[in-house]
Amino acid sequence: MCATCGCGPTSHHEHHHGHSHENSSKNGKTIVDVEQDILQENNLLAARNRGYFEGRNILAINLVSSPGSGKTTLLEKTLTDLKGSLSFAVIEGDQQTANDADRIHATGTKVTQINTGKGCHLDAHMVLHAVQGMKLQADSILFIENVGNLVCPAMFDLGEQERAVVISVTEGDDKPLKYPDMFHTSTLCIINKIDLLPYVKFDVEKAKEYARKINPSLEIIELSCTSGEGMQQWYDWLKSKVLTPA
Amino acid sequence: MHELSIVMSIVDLANKEATKHQASAIEEIELDIGCLSGIDMDSFDFAWQQAIKRTILESAKRKVNRIEGKARCSDCETFFRMEQFYDSCPNCNSHLSEIVSGKELKIKSLVLPD
Repeated sequence: MCATCGCGPTSHHEHHHGHSHENSSKNGKTIVDVEQDILQENNLLAARNRGYFEGRNILAINLVSSPGSGKTTLLEKTLTDLKGSLSFAVIEGDQQTANDADRIHATGTKVTQINTGKGCHLDAHMVLHAVQGMKLQADSILFIENVGNLVCPAMFDLGEQERAVVISVTEGDDKPLKYPDMFHTSTLCIINKIDLLPYVKFDVEKAKEYARKINPSLEIIELSCTSGEGMQQWYDWLKSKVLTPA
Repeated sequence: MHELSIVMSIVDLANKEATKHQASAIEEIELDIGCLSGIDMDSFDFAWQQAIKRTILESAKRKVNRIEGKARCSDCETFFRMEQFYDSCPNCNSHLSEIVSGKELKIKSLVLPD
């Protein structure tokens, strides 16, 4: 899998279950009871990332959404407004270009761009390598902006503490019902671009109801990066999640 | 199309097992794929056909066990069948529940030639 760090499939072979692999024979054939989680490799690397973040008191937030919901603009505004009060770093995930990384870089924040090529999601392995090159500061916040896609990133744990799904009011208010996996695995839902509500048919209450049907413990924040409405609530949420250094 | 990454992980894991048992081919592979695991079976089948070409799984017979989604209501403890994450408890209508099966995504067994 990986030639640079040795974090390939063979180096992490562990058995988490309480029985040994009983191989049996039938008609001269060997039957191997594998009983292995297919995502095991990703989950082990995610656990490694999580340990790294916890050890340095870094709050890692995985930002997921469909393309165009305003993730990067939300980051630009957040990084600019909170400059000086919190430390940040950003990992940008896109199939191609460093456009988003350039936008983040312009705010003066440390940023690494991951291009997934044809890949439709980030995985724990990509994040591990991005983090290795970043020299992250302790007691900081790391935003991981995933590839714009409401389906595939849901399955891949990156080692984040919080997963924030962003939807904008220019999308349908039934997004949570259409893409339930993402809402089920997220801890926060941001409803973005609420300054546009007078012009679109988006029913905020309905969207919230749908999201909570799928995930009753989901926190929801409505905001607009353009008008600034709701931004304080988002900042308060961020500050509440950053653990005070001991 | 995360199904492609999933199939590629299956090929990796199968390779590893085959190497461990010094097998040069795999005759059968049995998978558990839960109905709430986030896998679309049409995409999975499509990815499977493409990704197993020229791998150890190329001529393997594939058996897939689809595991039904089941949940336990956190309010009244009723066990119920969950087809969608937004299904509520049929007894008390609560949405607070804990999934007890249906999230499986694993390789159960392999059959290797002697």
